[in-house]
Amino acid sequence: MRKPLAAAAVAALALGIGLPAHAADEQLQIERQQWSFYGVFGAFDRAAEQRGFEVYKDVCANCHSLNQLAYRNLEEIGLSANEVNAVAASVQVEDGPNDQGAMFERQGKPSDRFKAPFANDQAARAANNGALPPDLSLIVKAREGGPDYVYSILTGFKDAPAGFKMTEGMSYNTAFPGHQIGMPPPLSEGVVTYADGTKATVPQMAHDVVTFLSWAANPELETRHRVGVKTIIFLVILTGLLYAIKRKVWAGVH
Amino acid sequence: MSQPAWNSPVVKWIDERLPIFTLLHHSTSGYPTPKNLNYWWNFGSLAGFMLVVLIATGIVLAMQYQPNAALAFDSVERIMRDVNYGWLLRYLHMNGGSMFFLAVYIHIFRGLYYGSYKRPRELLWWLGVVILLLMMATAFMGYVLPWGQMSFWAATVITNLFSAFPGVGRFIVHWLWGGFAVDNATLNRFYALHYLLPFVILGVVVLHLWALHTTKSNNPLGIDAKGQQDTIPFHPYYTVKDNFGIGVFLIVYLGFVFFAPNFFGEPDNYIPANPLQTPPHIVPEWYFLPFYAILRSIPDKLTGVLATFLSILVLFVLPWLDFSRVRSATFRPLYKKAFWLLVVDVGVLGYVGANPPEGGFLVMGRIATAYYFLHWFILVPLIALFERPRPLPVSISQPVLGGGLAAAAANPMEKA
Repeated sequence: MRKPLAAAAVAALALGIGLPAHAADEQLQIERQQWSFYGVFGAFDRAAEQRGFEVYKDVCANCHSLNQLAYRNLEEIGLSANEVNAVAASVQVEDGPNDQGAMFERQGKPSDRFKAPFANDQAARAANNGALPPDLSLIVKAREGGPDYVYSILTGFKDAPAGFKMTEGMSYNTAFPGHQIGMPPPLSEGVVTYADGTKATVPQMAHDVVTFLSWAANPELETRHRVGVKTIIFLVILTGLLYAIKRKVWAGVH
Repeated sequence: MSQPAWNSPVVKWIDERLPIFTLLHHSTSGYPTPKNLNYWWNFGSLAGFMLVVLIATGIVLAMQYQPNAALAFDSVERIMRDVNYGWLLRYLHMNGGSMFFLAVYIHIFRGLYYGSYKRPRELLWWLGVVILLLMMATAFMGYVLPWGQMSFWAATVITNLFSAFPGVGRFIVHWLWGGFAVDNATLNRFYALHYLLPFVILGVVVLHLWALHTTKSNNPLGIDAKGQQDTIPFHPYYTVKDNFGIGVFLIVYLGFVFFAPNFFGEPDNYIPANPLQTPPHIVPEWYFLPFYAILRSIPDKLTGVLATFLSILVLFVLPWLDFSRVRSATFRPLYKKAFWLLVVDVGVLGYVGANPPEGGFLVMGRIATAYYFLHWFILVPLIALFERPRPLPVSISQPVLGGGLAAAAANPMEKA
């Protein structure tokens, strides 16, 4: 929202009105990354998406839900129907009531939503030192800075600088507002063993899981870009024709 | 222009009983339009086009959306993920709102520059201001529907404006909420009204067009058409020009929809509404930022609220504040300067509105707010009183045939 107002900012500066530095602004380090899904022709890197899903499944899913997604959606990142079945079948979900009126547990199906790690927010807080791990379905869209921000959080765990007063149970993070985050460093070298043999370094895992989460937040992105390019090409031609017609119709008036 | 003679017996039969073809003829190929309208005149039809797009996409979205505080957020995500091309419908609707305001704001500033609010177009102008007010109410209530953090807190902030009125304020706010907090009842009524108001806008647009077709279009010279040599029929000349404009506008609009659909949005609105957690900065959509800046520039709440309302309502009295008989700023050197300063001032207000009201922003906002009202209530009447307008051309066709405005300025005719 601030971008279109850059012109107004220039105008304001031209009027000689100085802008204050934000008193409350701390130095947040947001690392800009190259993302395959940026740009007009951008698309998700399938291999990175699938590795990212492995990171989510093995690490993030212990605390973070992914409520907006169903297991069937994983076919969009290139998993086969059998693989999706296997992923879904690895969880037990509650269903029912049955003919006797009782709830029962059954194997997950592709049509089930991702199973959340905690029954409710209170249970999640109780297990996490009072902090609520946010749902990750939209995290990339729901934070200023998007994928760069999430990447910077995952790679931003450092020792607190000397003199920085840390609250008990919090971790120091260079990208998080206030620098104190309730999440302990989730990634460490080799915490995931990638099926494709890629070396699981922290930047590698962070990049992969952010690619996965960017897809989770924008599953329509590739269709959107494809339809968009065709639409704009069509419109440019149409508008050119309309301009030619306009010139022809108006030829006698000028 | 002349009454058409219908060739087809069917058309003739219908038209004698319900003169719908005569009506169409009078508003298209029989509607005389000044021949010198520039591209700034495209934005009226663009606004109309956006209204139709918003109503069409909105009706289909309404078939999928759930106006319930527990379901709304997830139902929007379901539209984005599981409804066929639901993401396209929603992004068209979301960005369409921004593009509608963009077109309408340019349309308004065009009216301000060329004096389109002046006699005999006062009612036409009033109807336009009514449309703007209705649009603001509709857009605000639409922003609440996804029930994200910004939806919830925008609803809280804006409805609380009414609490500034002494005595009755609290009652008004509770009446708006339908309870004692922004909650499900609020969402329900906002949804009902968000569906209703666009059709009210459509009705006022019909009145706006009726008034337009009665007084006819103003033009860049701001002088009346003196006869057939000054006008051309709306169809085909302006239909084809408007269609070209729609093509260009669609490229921009769909560029946002397909490649930067969340450009005008706030990330916080992808976080579900949480009444217990206030976002650090509550910002409205960009088209409300100048008014938000005025609201926050004034320390006293009631005065701030009244000033915000006044900042739009002043447009109703503008035809009498600016009593200069010359319409177009082309011939009004002082008014032209004041106009561009106002444009800059509104830009500064928008910039301030997007930032927290502290330090330099507060000072800047106060200066810009003071200047905003100074413009309408002091500068505009004073300019009308003291300005010596440049001589006006004799007719529309004379400068057009003579090579446009440059020639008109070079050979001013003695007629002020």
